[in-house]
Amino acid sequence: MRKLFDFHGGIHPPENKHQSVRTGIATAGIPDELVLPLAQHIGAPSAPLVEAGERVLKGQMLAEAAGTVSVPLHAPTSGTIIAIEERKIAHPSGHSAPCVVLRSDGKDEWVEHHPIADYKSTEKQQLLQCIRDAGIAGLGGAGFPTAVKLAVGPSKPIDTLIINGTECEPYITADDILMRERADAIIEGTLILAHILAPDKILIGVEDNKPEAYSTLQAAASGSAIEVVSFPTKYPSGGEKQLIEILTGKQVPSGGLPADIGIVCQNVGSAAAVHDAVILGQPLISRIVTVTGNAVREPQNFHALLGTPMHFLLEQAGYEADKNQRLIMGGPMMGFTVPSADVPIVKTTNCILAPTADELPVNPPPQPCIRCGMCAEACPASLLPQQLFWFAQGKEFEKAEQHNLFDCIECGACSYVCPSNIPLVQYYRAAKAEVIQLRQDAEKSEHSRLRFEARQARKEREAAEKEAKRAARKKAAEEKARLAAEAGSAEEDPIQAAIERAKAKKAAQVAGSANESQLEKLEKAVVTTRKRLDTATTKLEAARAEGADHADALQLGVDKTRAKLEAAEKALQDYQQANGTPQAAAADATDAAQAAIQKAMAARDAEANKSPQDKARDALAKLEARLAKSEARLQAGREAGEEEKIMIALEATVERLREKVAAARDQAQETEQC
Amino acid sequence: MYDFIAQYPLLSALFALVSLGAVFGAILGYASERFKAEGNPIVDQINAILPQTQCGQCGHPGCRPYAEAIAAGEAINKCPPGGQAGVQALADLLDVEAPELDEEHGEEKVPHVAFIHEDECIGCTKCIQACPVDAILGAAKHMHTVIASECTGCDLCVEPCPVDCIEMLPEAESLENWHWQLPEPTSRRVDIIASDASEDEAAA
Repeated sequence: MRKLFDFHGGIHPPENKHQSVRTGIATAGIPDELVLPLAQHIGAPSAPLVEAGERVLKGQMLAEAAGTVSVPLHAPTSGTIIAIEERKIAHPSGHSAPCVVLRSDGKDEWVEHHPIADYKSTEKQQLLQCIRDAGIAGLGGAGFPTAVKLAVGPSKPIDTLIINGTECEPYITADDILMRERADAIIEGTLILAHILAPDKILIGVEDNKPEAYSTLQAAASGSAIEVVSFPTKYPSGGEKQLIEILTGKQVPSGGLPADIGIVCQNVGSAAAVHDAVILGQPLISRIVTVTGNAVREPQNFHALLGTPMHFLLEQAGYEADKNQRLIMGGPMMGFTVPSADVPIVKTTNCILAPTADELPVNPPPQPCIRCGMCAEACPASLLPQQLFWFAQGKEFEKAEQHNLFDCIECGACSYVCPSNIPLVQYYRAAKAEVIQLRQDAEKSEHSRLRFEARQARKEREAAEKEAKRAARKKAAEEKARLAAEAGSAEEDPIQAAIERAKAKKAAQVAGSANESQLEKLEKAVVTTRKRLDTATTKLEAARAEGADHADALQLGVDKTRAKLEAAEKALQDYQQANGTPQAAAADATDAAQAAIQKAMAARDAEANKSPQDKARDALAKLEARLAKSEARLQAGREAGEEEKIMIALEATVERLREKVAAARDQAQETEQC
Repeated sequence: MYDFIAQYPLLSALFALVSLGAVFGAILGYASERFKAEGNPIVDQINAILPQTQCGQCGHPGCRPYAEAIAAGEAINKCPPGGQAGVQALADLLDVEAPELDEEHGEEKVPHVAFIHEDECIGCTKCIQACPVDAILGAAKHMHTVIASECTGCDLCVEPCPVDCIEMLPEAESLENWHWQLPEPTSRRVDIIASDASEDEAAA
């Protein structure tokens, strides 16, 4: 006889297990439509491999595992995939989730099986892969991928394998009936698990309220290394950590895993599923579901395909909907209310509980905590529930965390014993969610900070690069100027040259502008020449009076000057005749721009005077010309093999113009008619 | 030496104190150089509490500048995205009384995510330049889109959009982000006697 241990706390709620084990496992049959959520396990939802309209065979993989902590999903029967869409699932939130919807064809046609004939001579990795490919996730209720749990590294040697047949929660008998009817499969599956893990001890724990299951297992396990252990009934001894403590006396460290103390725990259902996967080559496509509660006439266990709607099972059990005020998935302690009876059975659905209002009354309103401490006595994790309650209520989540909030297994023992009817578990769930949310927020804000800082750094770098480029350009220009200066005066300074050129240009402009004062110039020339003639004449007369020798020479100069004066006067006259009055000349020189404006105004006047018919005709002609041009361009583009995008744009233009031409034509016709 | 001390007790005491002061001063001076803290550590701690939305609602160009301003004595209640919880955390860190969130800088609201109506986007890149965390993807004259997982919901991209095609959508509750809520505090009002019924029920 094995020495047994006890864990702290625990409660003894009414068991209510006898109702559903009066008959054996009934086969539920195949419903018309199966809804298979992609996330039936803990971890990443699986990724669909099939498409709507595809025909699939029973056992065919519908979705593959996405990542390490994930499992694939298989078709529970043959049929056609009609959709992959959001459907209501069994979840306390009542939200929808992506599901593969399969319409069964009733043929139940299997895919080819690939069993492993001799698992003992098979590689451990291959067995793990087989279990993983079979889509097995913990069938006890949590749904953690079994292969992940089994794939413990060599750094953590496993000395004990525990198979959990406790099923401590009231009402549920799915594991009980499985142990009674499929003990051989469970033992075989356990041996496969033991082969993978190579533990020193293999234990199957069964509560003493299931004597029949215990004796059947005992018989099946005789002659093997498996030890079937029976221990006193107490809720929640089926909790992984509690069962480990009962059987080994060891406690799993806070925040740790059983593998840390050399223990792996698996549910009996998972062990049977492993047997089916390895020995029979069948993936996990069905499970045992207890349908019980006083609102069903014949409580019993069903062998149901995954994806079967809950109402399909309830009807077979004689469901009386009017008696039932809420439908629960799981047991009365840890289960949750499902949004409707249409939600499907998933890998973690061990029980559908349809209680009457008397059986599971709605909690009376909570009253203030009286600090009686009964919750602390009942807590199987040795926590301080009332302390956690105060922290959760006061939103002091950090303190709650320091009081080991995350060691709470949400078993509901504290709520069960609370004389004030405080929904304690709900506080802990909310507090846990809040803490996780805060952690995620902190992670996200850290991520945002890094991105923000990276962006700042990038902008600074870009600015610095720009600045550096500008400095380089400036330096290059200065260098060039210096070189030019060094080259000497032989080569003129380009700036100086430019200035000179500008000056020359300006001078030329000044000269040009002087053009209009030509008249003045001529007049001036006449005046100065006359003056010179006068002085020359007086000089000549004086010389004659003196009888000087140079009188002849002076006479010649006077003659010359007179001729010049005559020429100047003539030029002035000619100029005046040629240009008329200067004012008239200025008025004549209207600039080209002014002319264009006037022309346009004239054209507009003409347009205004035109009849509407003419106008429409003109517009049409113009549009037609544009259309012709666009078409030509499109043609040219086509021949040149332009980019597709440009061609599309051109085609659109032509199309638009065509429409416009059509519209203009209509208008022209209309105006002509009226 | 002994004679000297015996002769001038006051002088020797003075000498002893001065020399002690000099020695410790030298040690402290060396330590302040040798163990100099880079930057202000309190700024990093404040910055770690701020939500890093980089929204600028506090009046500073980003969370870190506000953290620096807080370290320099600015009010701690100017951060609406951090909410009252953030104010509380800052108050705990700085050991001051937690003030109410300053409504002047905006209200605390559920997290939002920017959404670009892609058929209206003209590809002007103005929002890309405004985004403090590079959460908008796109190129000139090409449609832009928001990388929802990177968006901090800061609102800064909404204003620069010339065609007003950016909308701030509250994060929808889905299966992924759903979680249990704390039990309704109103349900703690116990119906022990008839007059305890809630106002709605009394009215009905």
